[in-house]
Amino acid sequence: MSGAQAMRERAGESWIEVGRLEDIPRRGARVVKAPDGDIAVFRTADDEVYALRDRCPHRGGPLSQGIVHDRKVACPLHDWKIHLDSGEAVAPDEGCTATFPVRVEDGVVYLRLEPRGCEEG
Amino acid sequence: MGRERLVLVGNGMAGMRTLEELLVLAPDLYEITVFGAEPHGNYNRILLSPVLAGEKRLEEIMLNDEAWYAERGITLHKGREVTEIDRARRVVRAADGTEAPYDRLLLATGSLPVVIPVPGNDLEGVVTFRDIGDVERMIAAAGEGRHAVVIGGGLLGLEAAYGLLKRGMDVTVVHLLDRLMEKQLDGTAAAMLKRALEERGLKFLMEHETEAILGERRVEGVRFANGLEIPADLVVMAVGIRPNVELARRAGLHCERGVVVSDTMQTYDPRIYAVGECVQHRGVTYGLVAPLFEQAKVAANHLARIGTARYEGSLVSTKLKVTGIDLFSAGDYLGGEGTESLLLQDAAQGIYKKLVLRNSRIVGCVLYGDTLDGAWYFQLMRDGTDVSAMRAQLLFGQAHLGDAGHGEVERVAALPDDAEICGCNGVSKGEIVRAITEKGLFTLEEVRAHTKASSSCGSCTALVEALLAHTLGGDYEQSPAKKPMCPCTDYSHDEVRQAIRDNALKSIPEVMRFLEWKTPDGCSKCRPALNYYLVCQWPGEYRDDPQSRFINERAHANIQKDGTYSVVPRIWGGETTPAQLRAIAEVAERHQVPTVKITGGQRIDLLGVPKEKLPAIWADLAAAGFVSGHAYGKAVRTVKTCVGSQWCRFGTQDSTQMGIRLEKLAWGAWTPHKVKLGVSGCPRNCAEATIKDFGVVAVESGWEIHVGGNGGVKVRATDFLVHVRTMEEVEEYCAAFLQLYREEAHYLERTAPWIERVGLAYVRQRLVEDEEGRRALAARFRESQRHAQVDPWAERARGAEAHEFRPLKALTEEATA
Ligand code: SRM
Ligand SMILES: Cc1cc2nc3c(=O)[nH]c(=O)nc-3n(C[C@H](O)[C@H](O)[C@H](O)COP(=O)(O)OP(=O)(O)OC[C@H]3O[C@@H](n4cnc5c(N)ncnc54)[C@H](O)[C@@H]3O)c2cc1C
Ligand code: SF4
Ligand code: FES
Repeated sequence: MSGAQAMRERAGESWIEVGRLEDIPRRGARVVKAPDGDIAVFRTADDEVYALRDRCPHRGGPLSQGIVHDRKVACPLHDWKIHLDSGEAVAPDEGCTATFPVRVEDGVVYLRLEPRGCEEG
Repeated sequence: MGRERLVLVGNGMAGMRTLEELLVLAPDLYEITVFGAEPHGNYNRILLSPVLAGEKRLEEIMLNDEAWYAERGITLHKGREVTEIDRARRVVRAADGTEAPYDRLLLATGSLPVVIPVPGNDLEGVVTFRDIGDVERMIAAAGEGRHAVVIGGGLLGLEAAYGLLKRGMDVTVVHLLDRLMEKQLDGTAAAMLKRALEERGLKFLMEHETEAILGERRVEGVRFANGLEIPADLVVMAVGIRPNVELARRAGLHCERGVVVSDTMQTYDPRIYAVGECVQHRGVTYGLVAPLFEQAKVAANHLARIGTARYEGSLVSTKLKVTGIDLFSAGDYLGGEGTESLLLQDAAQGIYKKLVLRNSRIVGCVLYGDTLDGAWYFQLMRDGTDVSAMRAQLLFGQAHLGDAGHGEVERVAALPDDAEICGCNGVSKGEIVRAITEKGLFTLEEVRAHTKASSSCGSCTALVEALLAHTLGGDYEQSPAKKPMCPCTDYSHDEVRQAIRDNALKSIPEVMRFLEWKTPDGCSKCRPALNYYLVCQWPGEYRDDPQSRFINERAHANIQKDGTYSVVPRIWGGETTPAQLRAIAEVAERHQVPTVKITGGQRIDLLGVPKEKLPAIWADLAAAGFVSGHAYGKAVRTVKTCVGSQWCRFGTQDSTQMGIRLEKLAWGAWTPHKVKLGVSGCPRNCAEATIKDFGVVAVESGWEIHVGGNGGVKVRATDFLVHVRTMEEVEEYCAAFLQLYREEAHYLERTAPWIERVGLAYVRQRLVEDEEGRRALAARFRESQRHAQVDPWAERARGAEAHEFRPLKALTEEATA
């Protein structure tokens, strides 16, 4: 990866290895159990990877269990759609869920436990 | 700059309807600001009754949410009550100091519920019935077995009482007079209504005057003038409303009972318009939406500077919204000097009709039990039609004017084009028919969206459905709903299925490519549908796509609100053994299952299981001989049975065995929606077979087969299909019926709506008349079952789809430090 990437790593922000890309089903997700709560790691049809707090902004449904389509996931409880890249609910619903930095290198998925984008509550 | 400023005070039904009408006529004329005292957008106040009864949710009754205002550039100050109108400066000011200048002002402040002046009327637990806040307070106070006292036996009081009754309360309605709804009903209809409500569990204290409400801080009881005291945890005052004119009066506008307006809906200050319940027009105030919507049309016409419309007052009709009670009333329903009454009373059927005539014209009408002709009578009344020629048939309804009537469709067919169908929104038959034909509408939802008919109180739904049936004729029954499957495609369910069949499409990506899907990989609506169509079409060949299954079917367990799962093992025909029960008990204990519950489908539910634990539980259940109950799937669920001739003194056949045989035949099949079966041992029908998708009722001479029942949201009793003699014949019909449904219904369409769409005659033709066809269907079902009857739990307990049940990684504290 890029030099900047390596620099950040050296600076002590840690990327954690969580598994292999092929362990996550295409158009699916797997859960990473983290100290502050579950994180859902998604893999789209094009092998893009995204990570979201595994809690729907509506009523906390586990997004990892939803149907993944395009860059969205449909929450299993009441079918809100959440954008995987921003964590925002698809309009007209309103709300958002935290995203986490992820990257894939040589088929290995790395994650950083740094929630972004939304207040974690 | 440049645009004139319009301010609306009161964002309720009349005011907002005026804005909607105005925006159609002149979308850009004004810069609009709206003040509303309630902390919501605009909602359908009428439907507070079904919300209270738990038949509708609050979200479902919103008419204009905040986004609606935002999209139209309208400023909404919700939760702000306007307390002052400065007519000289042309500014309104709210309690919190917010100001808005206006060029035109529209007042629509509605009315206030009357609170009777008795001691204790300010105690906690004493409420009125007017807005969302009131409903929330009532729901909070409601509780199984608690006492509610509703003061007032009018429309509102009865709807409140019914709602609280549905919420499990013990409800007493107190009425000052000896007759319920005396403003709408004559003695006979009122007595029939009272009896029907009593049968449902309401109690009445007629001719009782409330003297005091008892209690310290909270209400504890009610005392009447005759000394009687009854306990109360909740008191609802529903004794009437009075126009809310305080604001207008303080601003110096001429008010009597209401804000006085002219035929152009202007107050005495020509810059200020008023509509709705706060208004008094030609001496009359109104308390129903239909006239208010007529006022809204007129006010909008003038605000839009067209200036041609005049409001000349309205005739009103009333319907009661208590589920299962049909009641219609209009005009002078009592009659008197110079009138004569036509009466029809059929106590056995619970029907009462009364028409009041003056000079051979209908001037009033009360209908109880059969209200379908209400719209017609109301039309004759408004038009002042001379009815002498049809007098003899009048009471039997419009359909009887020509030949012998054939139900609702004929009745609506005979209505003139300008007959009003939807009283709430003033939509005529002609408008609906035009919308259906010109815009190609097929469903009630579509008609609601395009015309607003049937979208307010819903009491004209049957008429609208009949109009759909009449207008589309054969099409309504036969034509596939032309609706695209979902926004990802323009093709309908039927077209997609046909393409899969005709072009041998064998995977979801193939279907999407072939039919040029508009999205890269579909959505949560179409992917499960496609997966099902492929499973059904290519049994044994198609490789199921777990990622296109809803989580319940992917995990073979029901997801719960907290993200845990439930496990329901199959209990064949509902018959079990001590050993089986012991095995379930042991599994529950060993795995610390928090809740064990008997389901409504004669089996046992283990609730609250974390996903990771599912395979272990299934392994133990499999060891004890259990297979999946598919309680989570669009699949064959349960076969409910009764004890039948094995034990029951009335049983005519062995219904339990029949049920077990059917369940062994049908389990494991994927279907368009869930399928439930039932077998009863005699026509007493203890297994409720006549509300099942496939129901069997034993009789002395064999078995009656019934299809298309549903006990869910919209209850539907089955249609009788055929009588057969042997268990083998029942099995053949069952297999053939299920296969026909599997092959032809739309995904997520249960058998009840499917049969209503294709018609029972069609199903009978395919299954009963075409014997060879039936055999072929049954054979296809059995072939498909060879591949489907593999227990998914056992497979997973042995390690299939393991990733589904394990986290990708568990990060411990130190790994992340
Ligand atoms: C467990 C059970 C309630 C209970 O504790 O008794 C139940 C639970 C659920 N029902 Fe039910 N229904 C249960 C018997 C019924 C019955 C009674 C019956 O089968 O005799 C009915 C009415 C009969 C009918 O279906 O015609 C029933 C009509 C519904 C409906 C309305 C269906 C309709 O066509 O209108 C839904 C909603 C749906 O399917 O879309 C529903 C949906 C649900 C769901 C799946 C809601 C959901 O999506 O999460 C519930 C799953 C809870 C869970 O995880 O276990 N449930 N549900 C019953 C399971 C029976 C079983 O052994 O499998
Ligand atoms: C439970 C219930 C059931 C009903 N059922 C039926 C039925 O079946 N059929 C039927 O035709 N009618 C029915 N009605 C009557 C119908 O709802 C009313 O006729 C209609 O809502 C009146 O419309 P409106 O705009 O005049 O008043 P509202 O809808 O009451 O709107 C007035 C709004 O103005 C706000 N407001 C008042 N003063 C101010 C102020 N100073 N500043 C800011 N805002 C203010 C109020 O808070 C309110 O939100 C029912 C009513 C109720 C309560
Ligand atoms: S089990 Fe059925 S009736 Fe009960 S809450 Fe769930 S869906 Fe509603
Ligand atoms: S919890 Fe996700 S949609 Fe309701």
